[in-house]
Amino acid sequence: MSFRAAILTLALILAAASAARAQQPSILVASTTSTQDSGLFGHLLPLFKARTGIDVKVVAQGTGQALDTARRGDADVVFVHAKAQEEKFVAEGYGVERKPVMYNDFLLLGPASDPAGVAGVRDIVAAMKAIAAKKAPFVSRGDRSGTHLAELKLWSEAGLDVSASEPWYRAIGQGMGAALNTASAMQAYVLADRGTWLAWKRGGDLRPIVEGDRRLFNQYGIILVSPTKHPHVKRAEGQAFIDWLTGAEGQNAIAGYRIGGEPLFFPNAGTAN
Amino acid sequence: MRAPATDLPIRFDNVGFDIGGAPVLDQISFTLDGHGPTVLLGPNGAGKSTILRLAMSLAAPTRGRISWAARDAAQAERRAIVFQRPVMLRRSVAANLAFYLDRAQLNAPARAARIAQLLQQVGLADCARRPARQLSGGEQQRLALARALARDPEILFLDEPTASLDPAAAKSVEAILRDIAASGIKIVMATHDLGLARRLADDILFIARGRLVESAPARQFFEAPATEQGAQFLRGDLVL
Amino acid sequence: MGADAFGLMLGDPRLWSIVGLSLSISLSAVAVAALIGLPLGALLALTRFPGRNLAIVVLNALMGLPPVLVGLTIYLLLSRSGPLGAWGLLFTREAMIIAQAVLVTPIIAALTRQAVADLWEEYRDELTALHLGPMARAGALLWDARFRLVTAALAGFGRAAAEVGAVMIVGGNIDGFTRTMTTTIALETSKGDLPLAVALGLILMLVVLGVNGLVWVIARRGERNDGIIRSDPLRGA
Repeated sequence: MSFRAAILTLALILAAASAARAQQPSILVASTTSTQDSGLFGHLLPLFKARTGIDVKVVAQGTGQALDTARRGDADVVFVHAKAQEEKFVAEGYGVERKPVMYNDFLLLGPASDPAGVAGVRDIVAAMKAIAAKKAPFVSRGDRSGTHLAELKLWSEAGLDVSASEPWYRAIGQGMGAALNTASAMQAYVLADRGTWLAWKRGGDLRPIVEGDRRLFNQYGIILVSPTKHPHVKRAEGQAFIDWLTGAEGQNAIAGYRIGGEPLFFPNAGTAN
Repeated sequence: MRAPATDLPIRFDNVGFDIGGAPVLDQISFTLDGHGPTVLLGPNGAGKSTILRLAMSLAAPTRGRISWAARDAAQAERRAIVFQRPVMLRRSVAANLAFYLDRAQLNAPARAARIAQLLQQVGLADCARRPARQLSGGEQQRLALARALARDPEILFLDEPTASLDPAAAKSVEAILRDIAASGIKIVMATHDLGLARRLADDILFIARGRLVESAPARQFFEAPATEQGAQFLRGDLVL
Repeated sequence: MGADAFGLMLGDPRLWSIVGLSLSISLSAVAVAALIGLPLGALLALTRFPGRNLAIVVLNALMGLPPVLVGLTIYLLLSRSGPLGAWGLLFTREAMIIAQAVLVTPIIAALTRQAVADLWEEYRDELTALHLGPMARAGALLWDARFRLVTAALAGFGRAAAEVGAVMIVGGNIDGFTRTMTTTIALETSKGDLPLAVALGLILMLVVLGVNGLVWVIARRGERNDGIIRSDPLRGA
C-alpha cells in the first residue's frame, strides 16, 4: 500500500471516529468514590435515563474534592455524605437546597487477630481509644472524604489527636477500596462505609469489629449547584435528577440495590436528616 | 510572469571570492556566451566549483561583479546545475523528476509524458518506480542530468560529472552530454579529466590556484597552450 | 483468576468500548499534535531567529513533561472558574484530547526539527539551486522525512496511550464516558478488582508492542528508501 494511500485511509478513519455525537441532555454529578465503588450508580442511572432520557455523568472524588468541584461550578449537582460540610456549602450560597437521600453506616473493620481486643464492642469511641492505647495499626483514608471526616470526628470525640507522625496511624490519601486493600495487607483497622465493604471483593483478611453505634450513622445528601453563582448550571435537568432520587421511584431503586441479598443503602428522603 | 528571455552572456568582471578571509578566487574575468560547451579545466582545489556556484547565483562574489545578459540576475530561472555528488530525493526516480518539473506547470498527462521522455533520453526508462537512492552511482548521475533538463535550462552547469564513475558509466554520461550540447543548451562543465575535456569542449578556461591562467578555444589550448602552467598541466606535470 | 474469567472479560462489550475510547482519544491527540508539531518543527529547523537555540533546548525538555502536571494545568484552565471555563470543556473527551495533544506535540515537534535539520544539511545545495520559496522547501523536506516523521508520531501515540495522569484529571474518569484503559486499570486496582484491570493491562501491552513493531517495520522501509540496503550475501544477514 503506497504511503499516500495509507495516510488517506488514516484520515478517513479519524474523521469517521469523530462523527458527531448526538446532543444528549446530560448533567454532571460530583459524588464520592465510596458511592461509586459500591456500584449504586451502575444500578440507578440506567433507570433514571430510561425514565427521563437524561445522561448522568458522575465524577467520583473525595467529599471535600467533590464540594470544591461544585464550588468551582464544574458540576451541576453534588451528592455526598458529610452533613456539616453540605450545610456550609448551601449557607455559603453555592447550593440551592440540601435534601437527604439515603443513609448507610460505617463500621470498624480489622484483622482476625484483633490486636486491640475490641471485637464486638458496642461503643465505637471506646474502641478507638483502645486502638490508640495499644498503638495497633490503623489505616485512614486521609483524603477529606466523608469517611475520613467521620473518622476524624470520632477521634476528636475520643479526645485524641492523631497525626500522620504516629507510626501506627497510616493516612494513605486514597479511596475506600485502596484503603481496604492496604488495611488488609497491613493487618490494620480501618473505618469503612458498609456499601464499599459489601461490594469489596475480599481477597484479604478483614472482618467487622465494631458496628451499630449511632455515631457510625452515615447520611447522604444531594444539592443542586446554585445557578445564581454559576449561570451555566443545568437547573432543569439537575432538579429532575434530585426530584427522581428523592421521589418514590428513586427511593425504591435505592432500596432495591442489594449485594448477596443485603441492601447497601437505606432510603430516607423527606425525613429531617 | 514569464522567465526572462536569456541569461547569456554571463560576464565575470574581476571577480574575487574569499572564504573565511582567505581568497579562493581572484581577478577572474571572462565571458560565457551561447556557443558550444565551455570547460573549466584545472587541478583539484583550483576554484572551478566556486566559479560554477557563483555563476549559478548560489553565492555572491566578494569582489568584482557578475552579470547575466547585462543584468544582476539572482533568479536562475534558465540555469540548472548538476553537483559533483548529486543528492537524490528520498522518492522514486519518477517522483524526483516530477519535483524538478514542478515549475513547468504541466497537467498530469503532459507531465507523465515529459517524465517518460526525459527518462528515455538518459537511459533510465525502466527505473521509473525504483527508489532513486537505490540506483548505482552512474544511474544517479544520469538522473541528476534528467532533473536538470527538466528545468528546461538555457545553460547547464556541471561539476565533475564523471569524477566518481567507472569507465562505462562515464562513457554513457558523456554521450548524453554530447546530445545535450547538440540540442542547443550551453554547457559549462568543470572537470580535471583531460580526455573528457578534449572530446567535448569548444572553449577552455584553465583555472589554477584561484586564478584564470588561460582562456582559449579548445583546439588552440590543447595543441599549443600559451602558458607554462597550461603546458605542464597537459603533460601531467603540474605541481602546485 | 482463572482463564474462564479472563475469557469472559474479553467478550464483555464494555471492555472493548473502553479500548476503543482510549485509542480514539490518543489517535486524535496525535493528529492534533502533528498538525501543530510538524510545521513547528520545520520552522525551527529552517529559520533563524534570536533565541532559536534556547527554543530548541526548551522544546527537547518539554518532551519529558509529567502528565499529571499537564493534567493539572489544563484542569485549572478549563474549570468553570478558570480562564477558559466558558468553553465548558472540563470532564469531556475533548479535554482529554487537548491534554494528550499538549503532551505529544513537543515530541513530534522536536523529532521533526531533528529530521528536517538533518535532511536540510544534505539537500541544501540542491534546494537552494532550485530557488524554492520557504513553504515549498519545508514541504519537500517534510515529505522526504516521512518515515522518520511517522515513527515520531508513533512514539507520540505510545506516550499518549500509556499515560494516566493527564486524562484522569481532566476527564474525571466518568463511567462510560471518559474512562480509558489506563484510568480503568488505576480505578479497578484501587478497588481491589483485578480481572478487568489485568485484561486491560494485557491489551495495553499489546497496543504498545504493536506500536513498537510498526516503528521497526517503518524504520526498515525508511532505510531502504534512504538507499541503505541491509541484506549482504557475504555476511549471511
